[in-house]
Amino acid sequence: MTALHAAELRRDEAREKWMLFGLAAPAAALVVAVIIVPVGWLFWLSLFNDAGELSADNYARMLASKSYTRIFTTTFKVSLLTTALCVLLGYPLAYFLAQLPRRWAALGMMAVLLPFWTSLLVRTYAWLVVLQRKGLINQWGMELGLWDAPLRLAHNLNGTLIGMAHIMLPFLVLPLYAAMKAIDADYIRAAANLGAAPASAFRHVFFPLSLPGLFAGVTIVFVLCLGFFVTPAVLGGGKVIMVSMKIETLVDLFFNFGTASALGVVLLALTLLVLFAAHKLLRLDKVLGGGA
Amino acid sequence: MHDEAKTGAGGALPIRVRGATKIYGAVRALDRIDLDVRSGEFLTLLGPSGSGKTTLLMVLAGFTRPDSGSVRFGGREMIRTPPHRREVGMVFQNYALFPHMDVAGNIAFPLRLRGVGRARQKERVDAALATVQLEGFGGRRITQLSGGQKQRVALARAIVFEPRILLMDEPLSALDKKLREHMQIELRRLHEKLGMTTVYVTHDQREALTMSDRVAVINHGRLAQLDEPRALYERPATPFVANFIGESALLPVEESGGEYRYDGEVLRMETPSRGELLLLRPEQLVLLPDGAPDAGEYNRFRGTVGEVVYQGESFITYVRLKGGAEIAVRSVSRRRALAEAPARGSEVLLGLHPSETTLIPGREK
Repeated sequence: MTALHAAELRRDEAREKWMLFGLAAPAAALVVAVIIVPVGWLFWLSLFNDAGELSADNYARMLASKSYTRIFTTTFKVSLLTTALCVLLGYPLAYFLAQLPRRWAALGMMAVLLPFWTSLLVRTYAWLVVLQRKGLINQWGMELGLWDAPLRLAHNLNGTLIGMAHIMLPFLVLPLYAAMKAIDADYIRAAANLGAAPASAFRHVFFPLSLPGLFAGVTIVFVLCLGFFVTPAVLGGGKVIMVSMKIETLVDLFFNFGTASALGVVLLALTLLVLFAAHKLLRLDKVLGGGA
Repeated sequence: MHDEAKTGAGGALPIRVRGATKIYGAVRALDRIDLDVRSGEFLTLLGPSGSGKTTLLMVLAGFTRPDSGSVRFGGREMIRTPPHRREVGMVFQNYALFPHMDVAGNIAFPLRLRGVGRARQKERVDAALATVQLEGFGGRRITQLSGGQKQRVALARAIVFEPRILLMDEPLSALDKKLREHMQIELRRLHEKLGMTTVYVTHDQREALTMSDRVAVINHGRLAQLDEPRALYERPATPFVANFIGESALLPVEESGGEYRYDGEVLRMETPSRGELLLLRPEQLVLLPDGAPDAGEYNRFRGTVGEVVYQGESFITYVRLKGGAEIAVRSVSRRRALAEAPARGSEVLLGLHPSETTLIPGREK
């Protein structure tokens, strides 16, 4: 006996697959046009030295020169500190929002997202107004007699960190809040029922279960920080040089596309490495904490 | 029935609830509930969803703060005691097993919090696993367990610290029918063995009748009836209880001079009962052979056969009585009975034995 309609059914299935593929095609084309091609071009450029010859000079220089190492160290240091600040500020905030009744939580979330409604540049300059030598904080602080000489809050690492933490905070709070909301209240009840005081229930149950959200937020913030430009450029006052700023100088001032491209490629590679490591970490966490 | 030998370290504790009231907006989730759970008893809170049974359990566990009332565990007032100091075990509806700990970690959690040493922890975890017949499962992750296994782990975790009171919130509702019935018997056996005072919440009346020493029927935040399973089924105190527990038809009766009549016929009762409604259970009714002489054995009802529905082990005959009410008659599916089942539209005579004839009050309490 032949299988009834087997060939036709198989053909239908194949056609549906192609249709799905067709739906994804415009997005795929866009990714190729605006990401794959430029990144490939960047990589290509980085392989030519100043004389226009094919060489690895650009990469060799990066390894040899102390100044490049310092730039990378600064970039990672600033990113790490910003991420740490975001965790310190964002975890309690997300926890607070997750405890609120839905309507109030939505309102709080709007407040967290409010900064997204204004341009990054405007927000950064606003911080400059607030933080600089004769800015709001220093004026009020000295008028109230809290300190005598103006605090150095802008044009240095302090300013960069304050500005960047402010801008990055929503990226940490959003995934963390979502993860916290997903924690079944019965887990906390069960912990209490088994004898855990509130602090103990938090430490043993709530906090571990919120970790996937925290890791997601930390990864996003850290990776975004690595390539950040505007805020460190404005609030760092030239004292905090990050990779992106060096690239800008190389291109704008020295027309050195080769070195700039090499820097970009290395930064991209490092970012991908961080993402990969985070992915491994998250996967591990899913195994430990996935599902009820 | 509940001797000292089988009780835990400190023995079981009785629970006494007085005037428990909880109002959410316009809804009275609990309306001045009084309830006594005897020491070592298996008591079930039974009611439809929204009846307040879960709220009452949450009040016992300390997760819901009532507006007023008193909850005593063995004489000690607990109403203001936070949940983590109540020392009651609880099995949650969705088990609430911590996904970031393995089976042993979950069961050891209450012991860890109580500062039990590692070696002793392991001993007690193994003992608890043995109690629920899951020896060797300590290293499993929660996600690797089936529904029935999760259920057992949740139970092991709830009893490992030897609480004197055990609360269970619809613990079997997520299991399929076969497993559920198996676990009912197993939980009941475990209760006999451990002897903790157990309060069990369910909306499944059959489960309640199967497992409980006594059942408290809750409706609209009030206690409708508290009784042993048989008493509850045979002598429901209100129409709600009669309808909620088992199937029943309630027929209005007329009273005159101490006699009760339905459709003009006097109802004979072996045990006198009073009320405005006659309780008819499908399995109490007998299909009498056509033209059977009235030997005075049964209270008789005339009616017309509607549908006959075959259900495997039994079949239901729907009969419209002369008085207008439609009632169901359940008969055991013996081949002979099936062959003699009356045809649709035929006249039929139903019998209800005086020992089964019960009147109940017409109004809710």
